Amino acid sequence: MNWDIIADNLPRYLEGTKLTLLLTFASLGISFFLALPLAFLRNSNNRVVQYTVLAYTLVFRGTPLLIQLFLIYFGLAQFSLIRDSVIWPWLSSPMVCVLAAFVLNTAAYTTEIFAGGLRTIPVGEIEAARAYGMSGWTQARRILIPAMLTRSLPLYGNEMIMMLHATSLASTVTLLEVTGVARQISLNDYIQFEPYMTAAAIYLTLTFVLVSGFQLVQKRWAGYLQSRIG
Amino acid sequence: MQKLAAVDIHKSYGDLEVLKGISLEAHAGDVISIIGASGSGKSTFLRCINFLERPTSGSVSIDGELLTTARDRDGALRPTDRRQLQRVRSKLAMVFQNFCLWSHMSVLANVMEAPMSVLGLSRQEATERAKANLAKVGLDQKVLHKYPAHLSGGQQQRVAIARALSMNPDVMLFDEPTSALDPELVSEVLKVMQTLAEEGRTMIVVTHEMGFARHASSRVMYLHEGRVEEQGTPDAIFTQAQSPRLQQFLAGRLAH
Repeated sequence: MNWDIIADNLPRYLEGTKLTLLLTFASLGISFFLALPLAFLRNSNNRVVQYTVLAYTLVFRGTPLLIQLFLIYFGLAQFSLIRDSVIWPWLSSPMVCVLAAFVLNTAAYTTEIFAGGLRTIPVGEIEAARAYGMSGWTQARRILIPAMLTRSLPLYGNEMIMMLHATSLASTVTLLEVTGVARQISLNDYIQFEPYMTAAAIYLTLTFVLVSGFQLVQKRWAGYLQSRIG
Repeated sequence: MQKLAAVDIHKSYGDLEVLKGISLEAHAGDVISIIGASGSGKSTFLRCINFLERPTSGSVSIDGELLTTARDRDGALRPTDRRQLQRVRSKLAMVFQNFCLWSHMSVLANVMEAPMSVLGLSRQEATERAKANLAKVGLDQKVLHKYPAHLSGGQQQRVAIARALSMNPDVMLFDEPTSALDPELVSEVLKVMQTLAEEGRTMIVVTHEMGFARHASSRVMYLHEGRVEEQGTPDAIFTQAQSPRLQQFLAGRLAH
């Protein structure tokens, strides 16, 4: 066993952890605001709108994230139209490609989670909001969105953990997040078990913190869904 | 003073006509009970008044203001001015059969919500009004911060009545407010409604509670298959019913 090498590399793991957290929360943060309106459009009465959103979520939930990442990072470079366009400086950056892939992917899952939450709101509660004279915007802001988010919490918490773990794919396009650091150490120092075991321990710790935070949020905001009496 | 006029309301679902021209006029202080068998159209009629159901034809005015409508592609009437619809609805507070409280909000927040977000009251005004109305329907301070799901049905319906009262509505609409309650909880809700009736609130009450219709209302309307079969004072309806159908209906009800 060669734990000395790991100890020497702890600062790199720390940098890797920072990048992992940045990727996780940037992806989740951006996709949260994409998924909010998409969840409403997913339940739209307009068939065209509804199926357009469904097509998007099906494509991004129906294909592996790694393939999506490779298509964006390697695949798009094949087209001269894109290489010559103004977005190329962006698309040639692994960071941008990784974030784009992660956001598109987790936004698809989050959209379906939120849209499902929206469908579990009792019709009567929405009717009451209308009957009391609320405008569409007020209904969304005061009734639908809070109810949708709190009803989606358990599934969304799961999606956050999945996203945290999925960031390890960023190592495949040269980013040095936790998995990237572990891989680099394994290549430089010809050891396998220790670096990956360390990475696993870091993910486990982060997951534990995330889950604990989540339980607090759930207790505070979704308590109304528990222990119904009479 | 006329508070509400619904004139010649028709409603069809496809070929099925469930309301065949019902009119109702309520003046300040009127308590109008609408009775009838299931399927007679009484709930549908009530829901047409605030356009939760869109009537096929007819008109509704509140406080002398006619709700402007146009015919939609599907044949039903559609309010043309959304703002006006919202304003009219805010004057017609509704109490639902299944309470329909907002389950993610505490009792107090439920009662404060529409006065703040629809009527534009400040948080302080809304809190005071909510607390006064919750006390009025006999709810303890202890329940203020509970969620609806943690209350009994009778308590939930009383919260819903406090929510309606806090709009200071011109007319209160009750859609079978005791039908979803366990029998032992019916009386606490009826008692509150009785008090409101005695205070001179304008109320339209769709109900199966013949006791309430008879003793608390100023007028009773009996619906049968989408038509007003008979209407009059409670005395006229309950002791001198003319229509054989009403007589039969009442005989069946009172036997229970």
